[in-house]
Amino acid sequence: MSYIRAEKLTKQYGTGDAAVTAVGGMSFNIQMGEFVVVMGESGSGKSTLLTMMGALNSPTAGNYRVDGLEVYELGQDQRADFRREFLGFIFQSFHLIPYLTLLENVMLPLATVKMSSKKKRALAEDALLRVGLNGKSHRLPGQTSGGEQERVAIARAIVNEPPILFADEPSGNLDTKTTRVVMDLLQSLNEEGMTIVMVTHSPECAGYARRMLRISDGLLVEDVPLNGSRGGIQAIVC
Amino acid sequence: MTLKDIALRNLRRRKAKAAFVLAGLLIAVSTAVALLGLIEAMNRDIQKKLEEYGANILILPKTENLSLTYGGLSLGGVSFEMQEIRQADLGRVKTIKNAANVAAMGPTVLGAVEVSDRKVLLAGVDFQAVKILKPWWKVGGTVPGDSDVLLGAEAARILNLNAGDHLKINGSNLQVSGILAPTGSQDDQLVFTPLSTAQSLLNKQGRVSMVEVAALCTACPIEAMVSQISKALPGTKVMAIQQVVQGRMETLSHFKKFSYGISMVLVLVGSLVVLVTMMGSVRERTGEIGIFRAMGFRRSHVIKIVLLEAGILSALAGIMGYLVGFGTTKAALPFFAGSNGMEVLFDPILAAGAFAVAMTMGLASSVYPALLAARIDPTDALRAL
Repeated sequence: MSYIRAEKLTKQYGTGDAAVTAVGGMSFNIQMGEFVVVMGESGSGKSTLLTMMGALNSPTAGNYRVDGLEVYELGQDQRADFRREFLGFIFQSFHLIPYLTLLENVMLPLATVKMSSKKKRALAEDALLRVGLNGKSHRLPGQTSGGEQERVAIARAIVNEPPILFADEPSGNLDTKTTRVVMDLLQSLNEEGMTIVMVTHSPECAGYARRMLRISDGLLVEDVPLNGSRGGIQAIVC
Repeated sequence: MTLKDIALRNLRRRKAKAAFVLAGLLIAVSTAVALLGLIEAMNRDIQKKLEEYGANILILPKTENLSLTYGGLSLGGVSFEMQEIRQADLGRVKTIKNAANVAAMGPTVLGAVEVSDRKVLLAGVDFQAVKILKPWWKVGGTVPGDSDVLLGAEAARILNLNAGDHLKINGSNLQVSGILAPTGSQDDQLVFTPLSTAQSLLNKQGRVSMVEVAALCTACPIEAMVSQISKALPGTKVMAIQQVVQGRMETLSHFKKFSYGISMVLVLVGSLVVLVTMMGSVRERTGEIGIFRAMGFRRSHVIKIVLLEAGILSALAGIMGYLVGFGTTKAALPFFAGSNGMEVLFDPILAAGAFAVAMTMGLASSVYPALLAARIDPTDALRAL
């Protein structure tokens, strides 16, 4: 049985003549532990798809299941709990909270969890250690580089050990060297069993994935396996 | 990291906005506290004055006489050729239930006498009791002994007598021991002697014309005491002097209503300041709220953060507002009241009230912004980042 299952997932904005279909009836399955990259030109519906998969954006039609759970049949609170327990998000612009230290940013997903402060701190420090930032935990985001911020965003996404990680253009604001560090990190997380769905324009990043979903005009036009060894991506460059 | 930590960090980061909300609440609370504190101080002052005023209960014989004006007060009938109160009966006042509240009892015998061919009113009083009953008396000279008199300022002027001079009353030779400084009351026109001397001169041994009683009235039920004395002395008419303070009480009541009105307006304005500032703060934080929601914060968590921020500021404003209001009352009291004796005391009820008003204002005004924050669509919020 598929871990993530999307059936005729549709998202339409506006009504009548002004209606715009961002995602037009997409169906696919993702197995647990897969590393899937979603590619497509700008405006093709990648980000809309990701927000729908992230239980943030209700589809106009279709079904979406994760681990047997019909996500959009859940109430608002249950959907928030689902996000907290199942998902980690990495945003293109990192989206760190500027007035919280790096450690506090990483602890953020645990803020609503009943757990001792000591335990939360230990988990956050462990997450920062995994991304190689244990020595800078008390700095503010503004005092760190883009690459470091991205790694903090990854640490924040994995601190509560969610089974699924969604990454939206994680290399969008990074140089080549830092991109490689970040992608290596994502790959190691995937190797540890985390299911990763990543939206990217970058062929180099896509080379880390083992499967590619190509989207065009809100439709799934290609679903192909990749070898996940960075090298095979040249064949699918847009 | 808890929701409280997030609220605290945000307040620290948005200092200007936090200060604005705090100022809005602080001005409203401190002004209300200052006004109410002022009223309370003035109220206490009136009570104190009432005690200081001395006699606040009059015991008179039951007569059919017309009323007199005494000391600017409208009193009951006092006649000089009438039935009097037996001095021996006065001991019964000490047996009433609230006897402990009787600070002083001053029996007075009154009678018209002739001095230097002029009719004057002779008053025999207990000078020990007078010290409590009429604390404003200033005697130039000494308190009279058994064969002395004390002259009211006007009486001394008209009779052309000074301390040390002698005068004759009903054949007795008496010395002027002192002159009373002007009081602005009818006392200025009287000739005072010790009670026993006057009773002897007026041939009214064992009888008194009236009794002035000073009751500690802040805590004591004055009306109840009047009733108790009436029962103890059946042949008398017992009255509470209330006219003195009635006017001031009415003025204070108007001022109280005005202060409540001003406080209400300030509370409304303060609440609006909180509402507008919190709305602005929520709008500024749309992206941040989107991130929280993406990370699994429920709507109720977002509401809690906003209300926690408002709650922290409101609690601060409650405490500071009381302290500032208390200080303002202290500073403003001399200007408003012009009385040196007035004091401002810590009032736990007012302090608790100030805290409760600040909390209610802050939280009630933040409910709508908090709901607005909770309704923010996380997708829209993240897209805006």
